Amino acid sequence: MAFWARQISIWCSSVKTSNVANSIQRLRKTHRTWMQLDELSVLSLLCTDNRFLQRGLKTYRPVSLGSRLQSTNSSNGQIVSSESNLLSPVNHYQQQAEVIPSSDTKTLYEVWEDTPPSSALEEISEEEAVQIVAEPPLPLGSFTLRDYVDRSETLSKLVLLGVDLSKVEKRPNAGQLLLRLDFEKDIRKRLLFLKDVGVEDNQLGPLLTQNPYILAVDMEALETRVAYLKSKKFGKEAVARMVSRAPFLLSFSVERLDNRLGFFQKELGLSVQKTRDLVVRLPRLLTGSLEPIKENWQVCQVELGFRRNEIQHIVSQIPKILTANKRKLTETFDYLHNVMGIPHHILTKFPQVFNSKLLRVKERHMFLTFLGRAQYDPAQPSYISLDKLVSMPDEVFCTEVAKASVKDFEKFLKTL
Amino acid sequence: MAAGRAARTRLNGLFAVYKPPGVASIRVRDTLETLLLKELNSLEQPTVPQQVRFLPTTVEGNAGKELTLTVTQLPVLAAHPLVKGPEFTHLKIGAGHRLDTKSSGVFVLGVGHGNKLLTDMYNAHLTRAYTVRGLFGKATDDFSDTGRLIEKTTFDHITGDKLERILAVIQGTNHKALLMYSNIDLKTQEAYELAVEGLIRPMEKTPPLITAIRCLQFAPPEFQLEIQCLHETQQYLRKIVHEIGLELKSTAVCTQVRRIRDGFFTLDNALPRTHWNLQNIRNSIKDSKIKVKVGLQRSLSHQARSGKSHTDMDQVAESELHSTEGTSASDLTQNEITTC
Repeated sequence: MAFWARQISIWCSSVKTSNVANSIQRLRKTHRTWMQLDELSVLSLLCTDNRFLQRGLKTYRPVSLGSRLQSTNSSNGQIVSSESNLLSPVNHYQQQAEVIPSSDTKTLYEVWEDTPPSSALEEISEEEAVQIVAEPPLPLGSFTLRDYVDRSETLSKLVLLGVDLSKVEKRPNAGQLLLRLDFEKDIRKRLLFLKDVGVEDNQLGPLLTQNPYILAVDMEALETRVAYLKSKKFGKEAVARMVSRAPFLLSFSVERLDNRLGFFQKELGLSVQKTRDLVVRLPRLLTGSLEPIKENWQVCQVELGFRRNEIQHIVSQIPKILTANKRKLTETFDYLHNVMGIPHHILTKFPQVFNSKLLRVKERHMFLTFLGRAQYDPAQPSYISLDKLVSMPDEVFCTEVAKASVKDFEKFLKTL
Repeated sequence: MAAGRAARTRLNGLFAVYKPPGVASIRVRDTLETLLLKELNSLEQPTVPQQVRFLPTTVEGNAGKELTLTVTQLPVLAAHPLVKGPEFTHLKIGAGHRLDTKSSGVFVLGVGHGNKLLTDMYNAHLTRAYTVRGLFGKATDDFSDTGRLIEKTTFDHITGDKLERILAVIQGTNHKALLMYSNIDLKTQEAYELAVEGLIRPMEKTPPLITAIRCLQFAPPEFQLEIQCLHETQQYLRKIVHEIGLELKSTAVCTQVRRIRDGFFTLDNALPRTHWNLQNIRNSIKDSKIKVKVGLQRSLSHQARSGKSHTDMDQVAESELHSTEGTSASDLTQNEITTC
């Protein structure tokens, strides 16, 4: 550090003295704060109130220090430039140091009283020796959190909690948010709050991976939202389930949640209790966009030709229909109704067929037709119900329903 | 930790899967890549390397609190799988001769170093065999049964031997074209040697050629054909069905195009969808290794020899006029059905 101070003084001979004085003072301060943090905690946080470091961390693209020099033109930028110039052409300045006569340097040193030159061969106390940190310097900007995870207490504790940092860093601004937060001050409060709501320990990690922005939400806002949900008579386990299955739920404001619940009640025409059950079963409905749901509802009514009460029954059994792909839904229905000849009321009784892949339904139906066992009318003998057709794994389907071996099924698959 | 990487380095070669109808072949390739990546990533055991660090701590010394360095071994979190991400994110899987969405059948894929063999297989210009199902009485705009209907006709007048006659005509014209494009003078000794070994075929890009066509089933309005061809597309085969309908003074649409053989890979080698996992693919690669090597060597020697006997187009035309279609053509086609 003493060596660097000397190098700064030599290099700054061509720069305005006042600017240089400021920059040197700030540089010394930053060095001092880094060191201080290292003394106090084992895996120390990066200095969060160090504006100079933050500016570097804002860019998450592999950017060279040179290009960032052009972007920042404040005095902070000068610190960056001075450091970079120090780090790269160190040898060059060493030669320069020998060339400049000692009389010039002495006059320069007289101007700045608080930077007495010290040689590298000086003897220092044991305490100072222990404080010298010999680890490689942290990069000022990076596109991945791997560079900071070992030195940052927040990030290490999040990893040990189960947060997948490789996915979090892909989200916009999420990596920088995590670096700026302090575990003790910000994160701990929110984690305890989530535990109070009822989210289990092993689910905290995935929740934060999906929605790291929840750590930046105000505590009062979180509390009001949970209070709102409880006022709508959602039980404690229901709220816990909703929060863990829809990580973005608590990032929505109370008005938005209210609007969404109102939409489901009016548009789908469900009773209050049924809406509650629907939302607890698939909390994603509250956090997703409403346009596809409206379109799916229209598709079910107009194109597929289900009556209102039939759609309500299907939706309460299989809420996923509301978020399904329209094209796939119509194709599956077309095959079931027109090719397999299944009427609407049986489809209403077994809505899980809409959940499965069309290819699976096609293959199994064709196999049953080939064997002559494709009977879906409950009135006739040897009737096969649709849930048995779709929900069972292959081996069970072959042995019980089709009464053939799995090898025959595979041979048949190759003739399709 | 090494299990996944060892598995990845050993995964090289060609294998065949059975592509189901209604799925694009690119989707099949992507699905296989995702499946294999998932299995390879699960084989890796997450072990985090440890690092020796000297950390400053306060210790009760002689003169009050002292700062000393203590040695601790801490895990390097930068190498933790939750920070690094999954080990494998990409596999080189190449697709052989593609099948379009509506057709199904044997689909050859190459993984790792096997992609180079894919190019060799393409340059070997091997034949492919299809079963094609057709339906008399309809004509649509894209020659298949799901297209827009254009015309409906009667088909009562169609009999089995009328169909056979049309198929023989098709086979004959295609055989002439095959010999023409092969650029081989049939009167030379080299031509005889090539014919003895296998099919005389063009070793460069040509328009689609049918080397053999025969009827497997005939139950009007349905019929099933087996077609062996070179440089074809599935839409060309559907067009052939349509043209057969027109020749029989009726109309026909194609209901199913299914590839049963692609070069050396037959239906037995193809993996059905229930068998798409790492172990089965590895076994399939191992089983077909020798066959592929031998076959590619044979076709390379064929290519070398047919390259030598390059003749003018006029001479070939003349030799065609003299050659008899009856015995030599049918013998040659019989040969190639069994050996290729």
